[in-house]
Amino acid sequence: MTPFERIVTEHGPVVLRVCRAVVGPDDAEDAWSETFLAALRSYPRLDPGANVQAWLVTIAHRKAIDITRARARRPVSVEHVPERPAVDGLPREPDPVWAALRELPDKQRQAVAYHHVAGLPYREIAELVGGSTEAARRAAADGIARLRATIGTEEGKL
Amino acid sequence: MTDQGEAPVRDDALERLHGRLAIAAEREGLLDVAYRTVDSPVGSLLLAATERGLVRVAFPGQDHEAVLAALADQVSPRVLAAPARLDAVSAQLDEYFAGRRHEFDVPLDLRLSTGFRRAVLDHLPRIAYGGTESYAQVAAAAGSPRAVRAVGTACATNPLPVVVPCHRVVRSDGSTGGYAGGPEAKRTLLTLESRGR
Repeated sequence: MTPFERIVTEHGPVVLRVCRAVVGPDDAEDAWSETFLAALRSYPRLDPGANVQAWLVTIAHRKAIDITRARARRPVSVEHVPERPAVDGLPREPDPVWAALRELPDKQRQAVAYHHVAGLPYREIAELVGGSTEAARRAAADGIARLRATIGTEEGKL
Repeated sequence: MTDQGEAPVRDDALERLHGRLAIAAEREGLLDVAYRTVDSPVGSLLLAATERGLVRVAFPGQDHEAVLAALADQVSPRVLAAPARLDAVSAQLDEYFAGRRHEFDVPLDLRLSTGFRRAVLDHLPRIAYGGTESYAQVAAAAGSPRAVRAVGTACATNPLPVVVPCHRVVRSDGSTGGYAGGPEAKRTLLTLESRGR
């Protein structure tokens, strides 16, 4: 089998983009960490012919749901997350893409992330999020249309 | 999403996440093979350790990617760059290459070597620092005086060169003989040890 280090190097960046799109930038790193730790645990049993990226996105999807549920259980929910110091020390303007993604219904946001960021076919997205292949295709198209409407076509290119 | 299309995510985030993953994997007992590289006078050495101990040392000429792939097959595919587990051996290698250390004191995992090859490796640390033995002497010490060629094979396939000192085995005419790290590396190690003796 391929050493797991290679899996992290090859797929780590895409999984992080997927996590950022699905749970937002603040929880994305926890989602990424939990995804790769769970993947490491089951990696020796992975079918050698499996599509590794789809396998990782499947795990990330489950971890994102866990994180979203945990966030919903937090005692005080606020309209907007408080400002935090930037981890890299650079000042940062609020990103309109995050805000627009956060406003999408779950299925649209997931379909956009899994198709346009991770490159999964709609059939696999349907298995992941439930519903038909056509419904997944519509969710992604509606999500993209809504993002374009919110942030404008130039910035909205995913 | 600030990175568009195929542009890579900022490296520092992924580096930090990789570090977190290695620590969590170690804590949960999922880090079957930890590795790192260290610079040395004989080139960049790959070091790999299981939970039992140091399992592999490889020279630059041995293609580190291929060595990691072999470890994934022979030990476990749960292989991660995780330097912490190799801190002690890295420090001891630095001391050794500075001439201040004559033997290594780290746990070894010799699972990659079995049978007669293993018997040869068990004998090698008994050759004193700065000294040498011939292939024939090592064959006799390992219990098979006629297995001179097999001693050569055991040294050539030593999974832990430098730390298990196969470089101290030389031809009976005094010439250095073969070495997995190349004859130049073998001469470098023997010269280092003759100075530090």
